Amino acid sequence: MSVMLEIRNLHARIADGREILRGIDLTVRAGEVHAIMGPNGSGKSTLAGVLSGRPGYEVTDGSVSYLGRDLLALEADERAREGVFLAFQYPVEIPGVNNMYFLRAALNAGRRARGESELDAGQFLKTVRAKLKLLEIDDDLLQRAVNVGFSGGEKKRNEIFQMAMLEPKLAILDETDSGLDIDALKIVASGINKLRAPDRAMVLITHYQRLLDYVEPDHVHVLNDGRIVKSGDKTLAAELEKHGYAVFDAA
Amino acid sequence: MSSSVRAQTYENLRSVTGEGYKYGFFTDIESESAPPGLNEETVRFISAKKHEPEWLLEWRLKAYRDWLKMEEPQWAKLRIAPIDYQAATYYSAPKLQNKPKSLDEVDPELLKTYEKLGIPLHERAALAGVAVDAVFDSVSVATTFKKQLGALGIIFCSFGEAVQEHGELVRKYLGTVVPQGDNFFAALNSAVFSDGSFVYVPPGVRCPMELSTYFRINAAKTGQFERTLIVAEKGSYVSYLEGCTAPQRDENQLHAAVVELVALEGAQIKYSTVQNWYPGDAEGKGGIYNFVTKRGACRGDNSKISWTQVETGSAITWKYPSCILEGDNSVGEFYSVAITNNLQQADTGTKMIHLGRNTRSTIISKGISAGRGQNTYRGLVRMQPKAQNARNYTQCDSLLIGHKCGAHTVPYIEVRNPTARVEHEATTSKVSDDQLFYCQQRGLSAEDALSLIVNGFCKQVLKELPMEFAVEAQKLLAVSLEGSVG
Repeated sequence: MSVMLEIRNLHARIADGREILRGIDLTVRAGEVHAIMGPNGSGKSTLAGVLSGRPGYEVTDGSVSYLGRDLLALEADERAREGVFLAFQYPVEIPGVNNMYFLRAALNAGRRARGESELDAGQFLKTVRAKLKLLEIDDDLLQRAVNVGFSGGEKKRNEIFQMAMLEPKLAILDETDSGLDIDALKIVASGINKLRAPDRAMVLITHYQRLLDYVEPDHVHVLNDGRIVKSGDKTLAAELEKHGYAVFDAA
Repeated sequence: MSSSVRAQTYENLRSVTGEGYKYGFFTDIESESAPPGLNEETVRFISAKKHEPEWLLEWRLKAYRDWLKMEEPQWAKLRIAPIDYQAATYYSAPKLQNKPKSLDEVDPELLKTYEKLGIPLHERAALAGVAVDAVFDSVSVATTFKKQLGALGIIFCSFGEAVQEHGELVRKYLGTVVPQGDNFFAALNSAVFSDGSFVYVPPGVRCPMELSTYFRINAAKTGQFERTLIVAEKGSYVSYLEGCTAPQRDENQLHAAVVELVALEGAQIKYSTVQNWYPGDAEGKGGIYNFVTKRGACRGDNSKISWTQVETGSAITWKYPSCILEGDNSVGEFYSVAITNNLQQADTGTKMIHLGRNTRSTIISKGISAGRGQNTYRGLVRMQPKAQNARNYTQCDSLLIGHKCGAHTVPYIEVRNPTARVEHEATTSKVSDDQLFYCQQRGLSAEDALSLIVNGFCKQVLKELPMEFAVEAQKLLAVSLEGSVG
C-alpha cells in the first residue's frame, strides 16, 4: 500500500513557547486506520492541529510529507482541498449559515481546486441523500445553522456527515468519541467504519479505548510527552485500558 | 479591487466628468452649472433651470432661509472635517457628451467589480454611465415597464417630471413627512435638490414589479441632493429599490438626500436600499459624505412601512430611516446592515414613533466593523400617550473583525403609555479564529470563510431584500470586506 502520510522527527511549540511535540515519527498508508492514544496533555490535539494547519502552532523541526508533498508548506484551506479532513473535537458554531449551504460551498471549493465542475443544487441534493442513506442517519440537522444549538452527539454526527460528503483521503478525527453517550458513540463509530476505504487513511485521536471497541484500528500508538512511546496492533489498546497510561511515564 | 486602484479609478472618473463651471449664471440661464457657493440666487437658478412653478420656488426659498438659521448636528459619533458649504457646487446638469460611448471605454477595474458582484451584462453599461442611446437593452426594458405601470395608473418618474406633469400631487405631499426645516441636511436638500424619483400608486393597486432606479437611467447623476417621494393610496402596495451594488462614484463629496413615504389606510410600502458610494481610499481620503433623511408616515390605519438597507459605502454615513406610526394597527420595520471598513464611519439607525393604538415596530440592526471602521447604531423608540398596546422589538448586533475597529449601540427609549411594551436586545461578537479555521479546514479560502460568516450574521436582514438584490448584496458584503483578513 502506498504511503499517504509520513511524519519525521516533528517538533512543534505553542504561542507561549512551550514545546508540545518533541520528535514524532509516524507512517500512515492508504487504507489504514491508526489510533493515537495518550493522556491529557500528551500532545494529541497539537498533532491534529499541526497536521490540519490550525494557527497558533510553530513547527520547529522535522517534516510532514502527504502524498509526496510538503504538507506544512500548504495553507489550511489548501490542505483541506487536497483531501485532508479534520473532525473537530469541538465543532464550531456559525450562526445564520445553513448547514447545507455550508457543505455545498465547501464541496464546490474542493471541486474547483481539482478542476471539476461545481455541483448544482440538484446534484448536490442527490449526493446528500446517498450519504445519508449510507450512514443511516436522519436529515434533521441539514436545514439548521452550522452546529448552532446542536447537542454534543449531533455535532459529532455532523462532523462524520461532512467527512462522508467531502470524501477526504486523510481523515484525522480528534477525540470524536469524547462526550458521547453510548448510542451516539455507536452511530459515530458505524459512520467511521462505513467510510473506511482502500484509498483513504484515518487517524483516530482518542483518550479512551471505548471507541476502539467499535472501530478496529490497524495500528495503535501511545503518545506521551510529545513522543510516540509505543506502537502496536489493536491489542495495545486493551492493554492500555487495563494498566492505564502511568506505565509510560518513565519511558 | 485594491483601494489604490479604486482611488485611481475615482480620480479618472473625476477628470472625465470635469468640474464644469464656465459661465457666470446670474444672467445666463443657459449655463450648465452653477458656480460654487450657496445663496438665494443659487436656489432661484436651480428652480428656473427646472422650470418650476412659483410655489416650489417659494418652498425652496423657505427651506434655504431655515437652513441659514440652523447648525450642523453634532450629536452623531462621527469625526468629520469641517465642510465648506460655499465651496460646493449645487447644480450641474448631466453632461452626456463626456460619457463613455461603449463598455470598451469604461475603466476595466470598474467592470471587474461588476463581474464580482454578478451584475447582469445588460445592466453594466447603464451603471457605468454609458451614454443612454448606446444602451438599447435597458431603454427597451424601461419602456416596456413604463407601459405596464401606466395601464395600472401607477406613476413612476423623475421628480422633475412629476413637478411638471403631476404638480398637484407633489404639492399635496411634498414636505408633509420631512418638513423643510426638519434638520440641517433636510433643509439643505429642500433648498437645492436636483432631482430624484416620484411614485404614486392609486387606491387598491398592487404594483406588480419592484420599482428600481435602474429603469430611470435618464435620471443618472442626480445623486448629490436627491429627493424621493412615494405615495401609496388606500389599500395599495409597492416595493421600491434604491441604489445598486455597483460602486457609485461622484465628483461631489457632499450628499444630502431626502426620502418621504406616505402610506394611507391599509397601504404597504417596502423600501430597499443598497448603498455603495465611494468610501474613500485606505486612508479615508476622497470618500462621499452621505447625510440622509428618510422618513415614512403610516398615515392610515393598518398601513405598513418597511425599510431595508445595506450600507457598505461612503466615508461618512448619517442616516436614520424612520416610521411615524399614526394610524391604528400600523406597522413599521427597519432592517439594516451597515459595514465600515478601513476608515469609514457610520452612525445609522432608525426612529419608530408610535402614535396610534396597537402600533407595532421591529428593528433588526446588524453592524459590521473591520479595519479601523467605526459603526454606531443610534435608534429611538417613542411610545406616545395614545399608543395603547403598542409594541416594539429591537435587536442590535455588532460584529467586529480585527482589533482596531469600534462598534457602539445607542438606543433611546421613551415610553409615555403604560400599556406599551418595548424589548431591546443587543449583542457584540467577534469573528473568531476558530470560526475562520473551521471554514478553512473544510476547504474555503480565508476570504470566502469571512464572507460566509458575515452573510450568516446578516441573514435576518438579507432575507428581507427582494431575491435578486439579496444575491448581489451578499457578494457586495464580501467585496466590501476584501483585505480585512489573511
